[in-house]
Amino acid sequence: MIEEIACIEMSVHEKMTIRKNRLMPKELTGKGKRFSLVTGIHGDELDGQYICYEVVRRINEHPEYLTGIVDVYPAVNPLGIDTGIRGIPMFDLDMNRVFPGSDSGAMAEYVAAKIVSDIIGSDLCLDLHSSNIFIKEIPQVRVNEENADKLLSYAKMLNADLVWIYSSITVLDATLAYSLNKLGVPTLVAEMGVGLRIDNDLCHQVIDGIFNLMKELGIWCGPTKNVREPLISVEGDVSVLRSDVTGIFVSGIKGLGNIQQGMCIGEVIEPISGTVLQHFESPCDGFVFTLREHPVVYKGDIIARVHGGLHE
Amino acid sequence: MNKEIIFELDGLYREEFKIEGFRFGHGNKAACIVGASRGNEIQQMYICSQLIKTLKTLEEHGSIISNNEILVIPSINNYSINVGKRFWAIDNNDINRMFPGSPDGDTAKRIASAVFERVKGYNYGIQFTSFYMPGDFIPHVRMMETGYQSPSLANLFGTQYVLIRKPKPFDTATLNYNWQMNGTNAFSMYTNSTEQIDEKSARQAVSSVLRFLTRMGILKYNNHSGYIASVINDEDLLSVHTKSAGIYRRFKEPGDPVFHGDVIGEITDPYEGNVLDTIVSPTDGIIFFAHTAPMVMENAVIYKIIRRMHE
Repeated sequence: MIEEIACIEMSVHEKMTIRKNRLMPKELTGKGKRFSLVTGIHGDELDGQYICYEVVRRINEHPEYLTGIVDVYPAVNPLGIDTGIRGIPMFDLDMNRVFPGSDSGAMAEYVAAKIVSDIIGSDLCLDLHSSNIFIKEIPQVRVNEENADKLLSYAKMLNADLVWIYSSITVLDATLAYSLNKLGVPTLVAEMGVGLRIDNDLCHQVIDGIFNLMKELGIWCGPTKNVREPLISVEGDVSVLRSDVTGIFVSGIKGLGNIQQGMCIGEVIEPISGTVLQHFESPCDGFVFTLREHPVVYKGDIIARVHGGLHE
Repeated sequence: MNKEIIFELDGLYREEFKIEGFRFGHGNKAACIVGASRGNEIQQMYICSQLIKTLKTLEEHGSIISNNEILVIPSINNYSINVGKRFWAIDNNDINRMFPGSPDGDTAKRIASAVFERVKGYNYGIQFTSFYMPGDFIPHVRMMETGYQSPSLANLFGTQYVLIRKPKPFDTATLNYNWQMNGTNAFSMYTNSTEQIDEKSARQAVSSVLRFLTRMGILKYNNHSGYIASVINDEDLLSVHTKSAGIYRRFKEPGDPVFHGDVIGEITDPYEGNVLDTIVSPTDGIIFFAHTAPMVMENAVIYKIIRRMHE
């Protein structure tokens, strides 16, 4: 059942509507759990679109396996998705910096408050992201260390390659996940892929994880696939390679995954002079879980993150 | 005056990105003034330019009291100004949400870190900044309620109002907040313009800063003593929201008094011109913020009114 969560009239004869699809068993026992799947906070992150589609499709195909409520929110920043803009187009505002929002606030805060209020009551929430247009990420679950005890067991069910436990950063206080966790809804953040693209393989990996998670929660009793055991990483286990120069990055590896110490990850080149400005090698035997996708790099930009190596 | 480069970064096909600072006097780190951190903060950069022009003359006339150093940084983001973008031109990060920054972090964090390393340690920090919604404020000084704020000091700018605001999570990465947490008395100054230059409020802002520096014993400068400010809290402001969307006509300006029931704006249909909604003041008070854009969405904040205050 498609429901309206928030609706705002726009300036010229158009409404912005945020919707969810509530999927539930034919007969509710009152004991079933509720799982919320959220995506599209950032308009340039699109893997979640396919994941929502596939989750809804599979549930509709076998409604008899559904034993709890699944709420799917495919586009909490609908204008951003329609226009391919990361933030909220009119304000150039990152929607994931306005949670938990406010009923009396301006448009972004008001919408954020409506979304939060609708999700409250869920037994678990998953917020799906696709990195940004600059870097590609392996499917990973990010957990704030404040909530690691509570969330780690759920994170392991998602078929991610990596669960990254990071320390609290103040600006993240305004994210949907942080706000929901504070308000008592256990919330995971999954990252995968790259902005403005859909990677089917990565999506299917996460979709398998979502059904496994729902099964563990007691929401789905249909067949599921075995999930992989993720690497569990804390910040000290991660080497972050950053560019020391401005130039064009050309990757030396085919994609994300295992790497040996000394292997070339890529180079930053200067086209006009035909020279290599910086060469990047893996600092260790490990696993590349983040890789630069957008070739233009400025000093300080991330080139890669490698699990298993030196500390930043 | 001494000019210094605070941060440099190679461009790809652009000239080097440079943050320039202008230093007056020498000795104790007395006051630091920072202008545009976003690419549309033209008024904020302009005010700094006028301040630099005035401080140059004052320094030549020996009006900077000895053992005081003043640093003015008119812009920390000319790369974005030059290409018409609000945030960092390459990855759209807001530098004023990156403080205190990190020397080993992303580019915007490195910029914030370099700026913060240079501007920290001053007794007084003043930042000219802007609001994310399109609108005009009564010129005022704003402080965050960090436990270190000092409204009595803010009063010395001589502006009509001082606003105290409880920081929200995203505020904790601003320059103002980090200045305060690092021991600097930090103030944000809002004038009634951002993308356009408003000469009158720019002059007022320059005067306010010079008045403050004089009162803190940093400058010798004779100017009007300004106002004894009314100190208001963010929660004293009543937001007026739209109930319809369309073409917006505002009837009141920042600083105007309003009474309960006054018609303060209207929204008309963008195609047919009929009035869709008449906006009525829900309280007596003074307009503190007024939306400027000609179009509005439903639920937009079009006014913030200081409740129960009279002229």
